[in-house]
Amino acid sequence: MALAMVNVTASVLDWASSYFDAPTRAVVFGVPIDGHLVVEALLVVVILFQLTRKSYKPPKKPLTEKEIDELCDDWVPEPLTPQITEDMTYEPPTLESAAGPHAIVNGKEVVNFASANYLGLVGNEKITDSCVGALEKYGVGSCGPRGFYGTIDVHLDCEQKIAKFLGTPDSILYSYGISTIFSVIPAFCKKGDIIVADEGVHWAVQNGLYLSRSTVVYFKHNDMKSLENKLEEVTRRSKHPEKVRRYIVVEAIYQNSGQIAPLDEIVRLKEKYRFRIILDESHSFGVLGNSGRGLADHCGVPIEKIDIITAGMGNALATDGGFCTGSVRVVDHQRLSSSGYVFSASLPPYLASAAIAAVDYLEENPSVLSKLRTNIATLFNELSDVPGLVLASHILSPIVFLKLKKSTGTGKTDIDLLDSIAKQALEEDSVLIATTKRSSLDKCKLPIGLRLFVSASHSESDLLKAAASLKRVAALVIS
Amino acid sequence: MVRLPYTTALTTLFSYGLLFVFGQLRDFFRKLLGWIRKPKDQLKGYAPICLGLEDFYVRRLYLRIQDCFGRPIASAPDSWFDVVERCSNDNNKTLHRTEKTSRCLNLGSYNYLGFAAADEYCTPRVIQSLKEYSASTCSTRVEGGTTKLHVELEELVARFVGKEAAILFGMGYVTNSALIPCIIGKGGLIISDSLNHNSIVNGARGSGATVRVFQHNTPSHLEEVLREQIAEGQPRTHRPWKKIIVIVEGIYSMEGELCKLPEIIAVCKKYKAYTYLDEAHSIGAVGKSGRGVCELLGVDPADVDIMMGTFTKSFGSCGGYIAASKEIIQYLKFSCPAHLYATSMSPPAVQQVISAIKVILGEDGSSRGAQKLARIRENSNFFRSELQKMGFEVLGDNDSPVMPIMLYNPAKIPAFSRECLRQNVAVVTVAFPATPLLLARARICISASHTREDLIKALEVISKVGDLIGVKYFPAEPPKHLNQGHNKLE
Repeated sequence: MALAMVNVTASVLDWASSYFDAPTRAVVFGVPIDGHLVVEALLVVVILFQLTRKSYKPPKKPLTEKEIDELCDDWVPEPLTPQITEDMTYEPPTLESAAGPHAIVNGKEVVNFASANYLGLVGNEKITDSCVGALEKYGVGSCGPRGFYGTIDVHLDCEQKIAKFLGTPDSILYSYGISTIFSVIPAFCKKGDIIVADEGVHWAVQNGLYLSRSTVVYFKHNDMKSLENKLEEVTRRSKHPEKVRRYIVVEAIYQNSGQIAPLDEIVRLKEKYRFRIILDESHSFGVLGNSGRGLADHCGVPIEKIDIITAGMGNALATDGGFCTGSVRVVDHQRLSSSGYVFSASLPPYLASAAIAAVDYLEENPSVLSKLRTNIATLFNELSDVPGLVLASHILSPIVFLKLKKSTGTGKTDIDLLDSIAKQALEEDSVLIATTKRSSLDKCKLPIGLRLFVSASHSESDLLKAAASLKRVAALVIS
Repeated sequence: MVRLPYTTALTTLFSYGLLFVFGQLRDFFRKLLGWIRKPKDQLKGYAPICLGLEDFYVRRLYLRIQDCFGRPIASAPDSWFDVVERCSNDNNKTLHRTEKTSRCLNLGSYNYLGFAAADEYCTPRVIQSLKEYSASTCSTRVEGGTTKLHVELEELVARFVGKEAAILFGMGYVTNSALIPCIIGKGGLIISDSLNHNSIVNGARGSGATVRVFQHNTPSHLEEVLREQIAEGQPRTHRPWKKIIVIVEGIYSMEGELCKLPEIIAVCKKYKAYTYLDEAHSIGAVGKSGRGVCELLGVDPADVDIMMGTFTKSFGSCGGYIAASKEIIQYLKFSCPAHLYATSMSPPAVQQVISAIKVILGEDGSSRGAQKLARIRENSNFFRSELQKMGFEVLGDNDSPVMPIMLYNPAKIPAFSRECLRQNVAVVTVAFPATPLLLARARICISASHTREDLIKALEVISKVGDLIGVKYFPAEPPKHLNQGHNKLE
């Protein structure tokens, strides 16, 4: 059997090879047709046939109307907001008077450390008079965006005043404090640009960074070594340095920790690596420096070296709104491409005139700054030995930040502990203190704590009272 | 809807094309001169703030007509105001204020109920609250910035709008852009009208949810988009959506149209989507008692999940609010960043809104509120019908106080604006990028403080200017006496 198979295969092979090895059968157009050319021609034909056949795809069947109806009926949405839990029902204390150093809460007079009224301008006579004049002349609102008859002469006066005070060529006013920074950043940073930001920046800056769609790299909070490493890394990886804009975003006084940014070091790094600086001076304008001109004055850096400075006016200047200042090019660019400026109504004129009066006051009375500094130093001293809490802010920062020495374990219990300290301080000792609240959208990971905003109009007895109360309550609660 | 005739479209395109060509020519010379003159040393190594193409529109088109925008005023934005004159000595590149002002009729400010200037009921109370609470609380709402006024206003707004609870914010723009990320995130779907305001677009983008757009004011297209999206699910994974929110506005500020609210609510209910209504321009201005589009179109406020509005337009103040059910407002007070981090609304501004709402509701003891509401409705309808009779192409629905007049050609924009200003009527002209490129328009905002004579004067001026420029695209009706048969409302 096997032999017969072998014989048959041998004879087939002989027959096949005789064909292939046969001498030239014909000459077509001068090309001799050998046997193997037939096989190659067949191969080519088979290949072409396979290529021209459509590959198998399962047929596409779009959903029928009935199926879509069924899917729509089956779909169940989540509730719009999650279930309300116990800690969501927090009711803040309601003030019944102005938010000065002494305020009235629930009929009782309390010492107020929860308002960022650094220069004590809340309730100032001159500012109130200028507001009353503006209210009688212009009404309350400005009824229009800046491009459509919402520009009132007080806005232009205020912009010039701030620019002159700081020593920059020009400035631009925004109608709300937090909208300033999250409109400025997307106006200058677009997709493809590089931003190096501090990881402790507050929510408005984070939102601006997200909306700008640029590449964002975070460095460790207030750590210059980490900043230098990140700058080095980013510069090495950058492909088109001429077309890509690069920014460093920092705050002068961080409201999440009370630290102060070392501006001279940052300017040195910026010049070495060719970055631009965006500096948010919300809590340092009117506070730092010999004349209150902010961080540049305090560190002795010429103001031209900082490209963009933004600040909210809801703190030292005791009014509302914000401004941004820099070179003429920087400011003009924002008038058409900053969304919070173009698409929103302008600042109410009485708040702009309050800002002008506040800057005038600061220029005429620079002694209020030394009073503020003395108050901060006194409070800092007194609070250095509170049981269970440790000071985490800079010694010159008007935001005195106390964090827990040892965390209780989870974030939630920490918050509860701090809330109970603040509650007891308010109810038993009539001292109003704020705890940091973090929104679920906030990506900042710095520890939470208690914040005291020191004002130049606090008297020494107020400071001592607050320190004594904190020491007493903390000893009770954290034990 | 806008019907653009062919000849107008061709001439507009031609004009823009010409401007573009000239702009490119000038840019070429600018580049040439830039090579010849050496760059300043400080800027070496830094990328420019704006690369050449990014601000082409600003440098070559906008700067030519810059004097039509951003005109400063020197008095309250009431029905008549003082416009500051500006001069330029470098061909409109920079403008400088002069000391001169001219008294003009105000057809541009958002002053629907006439609360813009000092008011006899509101202003004394505002000054009182200023002396009591000072201009700012310097603090956020959760720390030390909540005053009795804020609590009172939240209750009043909730009562006025017809919802259970409300929350206040200091700025209308921030209300939208900080709120939408709170209620929806990744895995959710936002379906918004194609002509929604920039604050809504920013809020939607900042939330991380997928955004889809439906044709302006077309409930049938909305239904199509909803069906398709629910059936498809999330992009790429096809998992079902976590939630769907549909965002519409009450009155669209560039069209003057009212939203087709009853149909849209019906569609959303059928497909279990949540609705968000932005009443920035319609609250206080439309409806029999000023309660907005819900009242005007007969929609129950309980059917809309979240109602948002601003106080800038009809109440003469600043800030915004959200009105919804108690649970939603409780959650927002706990997690909305604008509530936790932003300075609370200035107390005098809060008092202004409280007084304005009391006037509108008639709780101040007079009938001024009802008079104002009737007057703005009469004024808007009268003005719109007269303009249409003259042959202008006017957009918008009846009862809406916003009326855009179509201009189309880029050269007519500054011509209309400057000519009207010369005759002491101040109008607002809007072009690209706030509107589509070919559809430039002049937008008129009527106020309850305009008297019949003011409107007649405005109509005369606009008619004359319209004839001069050639914007009467439709045939005019034969002229009638405008004073005939209308009595003045006091």
